[in-house]
Amino acid sequence: MEINEFIKDFADQFDETELDEFKPETNYRDDIDEWSSLTGLAILNMIDKKYGVKLTATDIKDTKTIKDVYNLIVSKK
Amino acid sequence: MRSIFSLTGKTILITGASSGIGKAVAQQCAVAGATCIITARNKSRLKHTLDSLEGEGHQMVIADLVDLSSIERLSSELPKLNGVVCCAGVVETKMLKFSEDDDLQQLFYTNAFSVIRLVRILVQQKLLHKESSIVIISSISGVKCGYLGGSIYGATKGALEGFIKATALELAPQKIRVNTIAPGMIETPLLDDSIIDADQLEADKLRYPMKRYGLPGEVGYAAVYLLSDASCWITGISLLLDGGYTLN
Repeated sequence: MEINEFIKDFADQFDETELDEFKPETNYRDDIDEWSSLTGLAILNMIDKKYGVKLTATDIKDTKTIKDVYNLIVSKK
Repeated sequence: MRSIFSLTGKTILITGASSGIGKAVAQQCAVAGATCIITARNKSRLKHTLDSLEGEGHQMVIADLVDLSSIERLSSELPKLNGVVCCAGVVETKMLKFSEDDDLQQLFYTNAFSVIRLVRILVQQKLLHKESSIVIISSISGVKCGYLGGSIYGATKGALEGFIKATALELAPQKIRVNTIAPGMIETPLLDDSIIDADQLEADKLRYPMKRYGLPGEVGYAAVYLLSDASCWITGISLLLDGGYTLN
């Protein structure tokens, strides 16, 4: 698993936001206008399906950046 | 004078009775005077429910209703019933685009096929007395509204709403009634495993005009009503139990 691949999967859950707006240090809740409960759920479902890690909204609550989420997945794998 | 709402003298089968709604339904049936036969997969938790039931003569049978042979074995151990409450079910929060055939099968087998197969075998084997009552726990989801990630769950509950209509017609000659209860969100252990976090749940509660989720016992009260002779002219309905949620 590699962070650039994860960022692509992360970005893939958004319909309006371009891939180049997603960086490891992107504060996804504040920096991505398209962030919503729907995209949040899509990301949790994507992580479950593609990375085999079941996360809840509580698990990612303390994450800020995309890299934080990536590190959380790595720690649970 | 015996209340028309009493279940005294009635033998009621309750599925999914090891926790949550099923457990509370069994407890309320027992309070109302019923002899309960409770079933679920988990022996120790089901025993816990059994020990919590008021009165004497209740029984428990371990069964996994996803498995047809297990339903057949359950039916072979049953006495003749005056009612059944189908509570066994699972919740899933998965968006349609991520769902797979395994999810479809798991949800439909647990939430819908188990109910249809159980009711079918009770009818085929004449295990229901005349004037019995069949109560199925449905949901507002898939019937009145939906939630994000609930398309397949909603489809299973919609299936149950469809199932009761013709079944109620077919069983009406025997005065057997078939109804659903459609609850909004109920405080059960299923919520603890939710993908949703605690703050989101608290915010969601405020969307209910009554400003809280329902309690399992409140589904129990509705079930007791639909099982009792007080509802003897009610069949084929969905009893909405949602703290006013779908008014908005």
